Amino acid sequence: MVALAPAPLTPASLDELAAAVRSAPRVIAVGAGTKPRLAAVGADVVRVSTVRLSGIVDYEPSEFTFTALAGTPLREIVAALGEKGQYLPFDPPLAGAGATLGGTVAAGLSGPGRFRFGGLRDFILGVRFVDGEGRLLRLGGRVVKNAAGFDVPKFFVGSAGRFGVLGEITFKVFPRPAVRRTLCLPVAETKAMTAMFAAAGAARWELDALEADPAAPAVWLRLGGPAAALDALAGEIFARWPGRTVPDDEAAAHWTAISEFDWAPAGGTLAKFALSPGQVPAFVAALAAAPGAKGWIGAGGNVGYAAGPAGAALPAWGGAGVTLRGNGPLWLGPPPRVEVMRAVKAAMDPVNRFPGLDETGA
Amino acid sequence: METTAVPDRTATLRRLMALLPPGRVLDGAAQLAAYGSDGLTAFEARPLAVVVPETQDEAIAAVRFCHAEKLPFVARGSGTSLSGGSTPCAQGIVITLNRLNRILRLDPAERVAVVEPGVINLAVTAAAQPYGLHYAPDPSSQSVCTIGGNVAFNAGGAHCLKYGMTSNHVLGVKAVLATGEVVTWGGPSRENIGPDWTGLFVGNEGLFGIALEVTLQLLPRAEVFHTVLAGYRTLEEAGDAVAAVVASGLLPGAIEIMDALALEAASAAVHAEYPPGCAAVLIVELEGPREVVAADRLRLDAILAASQPVEVRPARDAAERLAIWKGRKSAFSAVGRLSPDFIVQDGVVPRRRLGEALRKISAWSKEMNVRCANVFHAGDGNLHPLILYDGREAGALERAEALAGRILRLCVEMGGSITGEHGVGLEKRDYLPDMFSPEEVACLKRLRAAFDPFEIANPGKMFPGPGAPALTQHGLHPLEKAGVIARE
Repeated sequence: MVALAPAPLTPASLDELAAAVRSAPRVIAVGAGTKPRLAAVGADVVRVSTVRLSGIVDYEPSEFTFTALAGTPLREIVAALGEKGQYLPFDPPLAGAGATLGGTVAAGLSGPGRFRFGGLRDFILGVRFVDGEGRLLRLGGRVVKNAAGFDVPKFFVGSAGRFGVLGEITFKVFPRPAVRRTLCLPVAETKAMTAMFAAAGAARWELDALEADPAAPAVWLRLGGPAAALDALAGEIFARWPGRTVPDDEAAAHWTAISEFDWAPAGGTLAKFALSPGQVPAFVAALAAAPGAKGWIGAGGNVGYAAGPAGAALPAWGGAGVTLRGNGPLWLGPPPRVEVMRAVKAAMDPVNRFPGLDETGA
Repeated sequence: METTAVPDRTATLRRLMALLPPGRVLDGAAQLAAYGSDGLTAFEARPLAVVVPETQDEAIAAVRFCHAEKLPFVARGSGTSLSGGSTPCAQGIVITLNRLNRILRLDPAERVAVVEPGVINLAVTAAAQPYGLHYAPDPSSQSVCTIGGNVAFNAGGAHCLKYGMTSNHVLGVKAVLATGEVVTWGGPSRENIGPDWTGLFVGNEGLFGIALEVTLQLLPRAEVFHTVLAGYRTLEEAGDAVAAVVASGLLPGAIEIMDALALEAASAAVHAEYPPGCAAVLIVELEGPREVVAADRLRLDAILAASQPVEVRPARDAAERLAIWKGRKSAFSAVGRLSPDFIVQDGVVPRRRLGEALRKISAWSKEMNVRCANVFHAGDGNLHPLILYDGREAGALERAEALAGRILRLCVEMGGSITGEHGVGLEKRDYLPDMFSPEEVACLKRLRAAFDPFEIANPGKMFPGPGAPALTQHGLHPLEKAGVIARE
């Protein structure tokens, strides 16, 4: 399929982006290609790459906001924020692999830090995008608080380029905690994992991340805050559950590996599922039953990732999910399909220039 | 839409009554009068009837009836909207959701609650409290406002910088759309798959339909709070202190400022005591595990000490903390006592331009001879200028509105917003084009049409247009006079 597709268009400004969208009857946006399944549609659909739409347009640390072009690599943003002691608290994944800001929005992906203050949807403030008729529009706002107009920026989160092409995005950021500490707590079985999610999530510690490795099995906790406070908090956690403090180097490598999905088989399939914590034992059982499958549990049991080697089927899990890499259906589980979705698609893209939600090349 | 309504009102009402159990449709003049206005008392309209559904099915039936008859309807909770968002349509239907007030599920392990739209905001926290949890969004009207209204207008509160607005706490929604279609989006998971339909629905200002069930995330209640009140000789010094706190890397739960006029009123109304000689008071609240707050507090103390305050008063116990917040949250209705009428504005400016914005507002206030007090969420640049006028005085409302308009345009010019948390509603609809281009407004209108092709759901709100209800000269909302709610 890729071999048959023409080279992508590479607009270098927002006006050129709008012109590129208008130039072809069928269009899909692509970023760095780290979640290729989202854009795996028919060869007749022209790729519009954001590779040249890169750079931070505006960053005011005192405002807790920045605006960047959609093709800006996450690692550039993470570095710029880090210089001012700030960060995107949801730890956008795949920064090391070169993922772009726009692709992360289109995929709706958040990393381990989303446990504390919420996911990507909770930090997006405004978008400039090109609609299906090639108009460059700005909706949402550029300040941390805004309630004017419908919340189209949020709607774009996870929309996989089906309703418009993102050109520029404004985010809220937070000051980064002074120090982080990672704790690894082994558990005997999955049920204990779920109980720890419930207890740790409701505790006074205000954890920064709460994740689990279903294969070990072990729960990984992260605390963030002033150094003086963390020893006491960690001590209290260990008094409740045995475990170890992970040395800083190892912890950094661990969280990078999670954010980069290093645990997933190379060249295979990777999918994200929305879970409720109570579903975790069944999800882990489904993982265990699928030959070669691996997985990870994030956000205190609210998200599950599953991966398998090339050619192998994903675990038989009936819940809602999205395939990020590899073959298989883009949308997994029973997605809601109601009349108003078609009407909204027609409102944003009346000529069907972008693929439909169900037009997934499969 | 009023042209399409009701060739024969009596026949329409008869059909509506036949559809629902007895007692669900109110049409007596005295009954309707109670629904004529909301928190924006300057506007009033007389609806055709009020429907009081007791079940979700009855609410769905009422909406489907309106769709079939192309009859305008306005959903209403407790009617505390400050943007006129629940002002009725003349000759339309008001669907009041107060009796759909069940908490359907509260799961402490997963920290979610599923509630009907008529549940009071504070009732969610009350139900969650035994588990050490709370519902974070805290608009000042939280003791009476409903979750359905919070969802429709994406309500805010004093803790938005750290915790976000209503939309950041809504995980899922079941709604009846203006077309009569019933949809369910999202659910108990904090993650979402596919486009964020729930996110799009929250803040629709009643133009898409009516939420019937809302899934909310609950958060653990902070273990300890450290609340400090600092007095300054000038507003600018208070603003500089905010900048210093923000630059320090601290993330307070709330950063609020009250100006001299607001302080004077709060002192008179709730006997709040403020340091003498202050033109502004800053309130900063830290919260979290005790060890974290203890460490952060040392930094905050140092920052405030260096900010040349007249006095710094940390709350020594829970009672003192509550007293600080009581003064703050009552400030607006307290200022209202100084004047028979007032307009609450809700603009946002970039935080670094707060001082500049306040200087301009103060100068315009003098120039136009309109008194204006300021209470605002300084942490997120959300201004709440309170513009005082006497509706009985010829031209006073017009002058007050002129000042309000200048302030909103200033917010847009500075790169901010015409509304931080009250919504556009009826009040600010003429300013939407200041914030968005004609093509952008057209995009928003197409989205509205996708949900509501007949424009029957809360028509006349958000978008500029004819047909504003009559202006009245009412002063305080009855609940404000009783001290039950406050505007913010």
